[in-house]
Amino acid sequence: MQFRNSPERYGAVAVALHWGVALLIFGLFGLGLWMTGLNYYDPWYRQGPALHKALGVGMVLLVVVRLVWRWRSPPPPPLAHTPWERRLAGVVHGLLYLLIFAMAISGYLISTADGRPLLVAGLAIPATLVGLPEQAERAGVVHWGLAWTLLTLVALHAAAALKHHFIDRDRTLLRMLGRS
Amino acid sequence: MKPMIRITACAAALLCGAYALPAAAEHYTIDTQGAHAAIQFRVKHLGYSWLLGRFNDFNGSFDYDSANPKAAGIEVTVQTKSIDSNQAERDKHLRSKDFLDVDRYPTARFVSTAYEPKGDGSGVLRGDFTFHGHTQPITIAVEEIGAGPDPWGGYRRGFAGTTTLTLKDWGIDYDLGPATKEVELFLSVEGIRQE
Repeated sequence: MQFRNSPERYGAVAVALHWGVALLIFGLFGLGLWMTGLNYYDPWYRQGPALHKALGVGMVLLVVVRLVWRWRSPPPPPLAHTPWERRLAGVVHGLLYLLIFAMAISGYLISTADGRPLLVAGLAIPATLVGLPEQAERAGVVHWGLAWTLLTLVALHAAAALKHHFIDRDRTLLRMLGRS
Repeated sequence: MKPMIRITACAAALLCGAYALPAAAEHYTIDTQGAHAAIQFRVKHLGYSWLLGRFNDFNGSFDYDSANPKAAGIEVTVQTKSIDSNQAERDKHLRSKDFLDVDRYPTARFVSTAYEPKGDGSGVLRGDFTFHGHTQPITIAVEEIGAGPDPWGGYRRGFAGTTTLTLKDWGIDYDLGPATKEVELFLSVEGIRQE
């Protein structure tokens, strides 16, 4: 399996990035819901959010790499779509990227609302936008709403892939698994 | 002519009435504008240290008659969402349903019912405190700090008070551990006399 994308198939890098981001989305969503309900004396009360922040920053880096890679090595064209399907797929893909960045920004605005840096893996990402009225609360509400929106879009994205596989009987899903 | 006389008579009666009243208690507005007032709290963190915080937004007023301090009274209203423990994530948690539930209970209010000056510059203030959906009587230990003219033509009077609340009594039962069942409140108020 080649690293780069070709007009027929996805390369290993694109496949790995796709499923890596998918895993991170589910992982971050589950971890986020779970950790916010933890009791103060739970060992994960501090570790959960620390891991969530680390994975979140990792996700942003991964998506940036993914977009650069998409630009350096364009993906194969979509299979057997009507024009409106292509447009819808394009919009959903764009929104997925956009939502991931919006999630990261809103999360960052919670943790840095009082001017403290975001500490991740020994790195201090400085606070920039601080002291907005009720910043942590409002960013929190946005973060929560965006998370559910993202998950809904992911479900739509997955349903479309399954539709390609089982109804259209084309190779869209198999291609994303690295097959030609 | 007759109506004029009547009005004059009324005015005289009002004036005489006013003079006949006992000297009214002095009314003070708490100087939150100039922030010569503060509401601070502290709770034990794990039993190892004090966690300090404050409420930034509150207002109130008090009456005090130095000839009759027993008649003193105060009311203070606190905006609960103004809690500030100097850590955004913790403040967000403190405002949530686990603690203050500020959307449901946006204000806390204390209205005094009785004051017992001890004559040594201290006293005991009793009153009803409405907090987190509960109204219960509480007692505040008061220190009478001082009073007098300020440099800008006004007259000021200040007190400090402390009280301890048991969180569970107010329906806040989030488990912060055995050392953190109570919160101590410290209230410092400077009032500007209203002329």
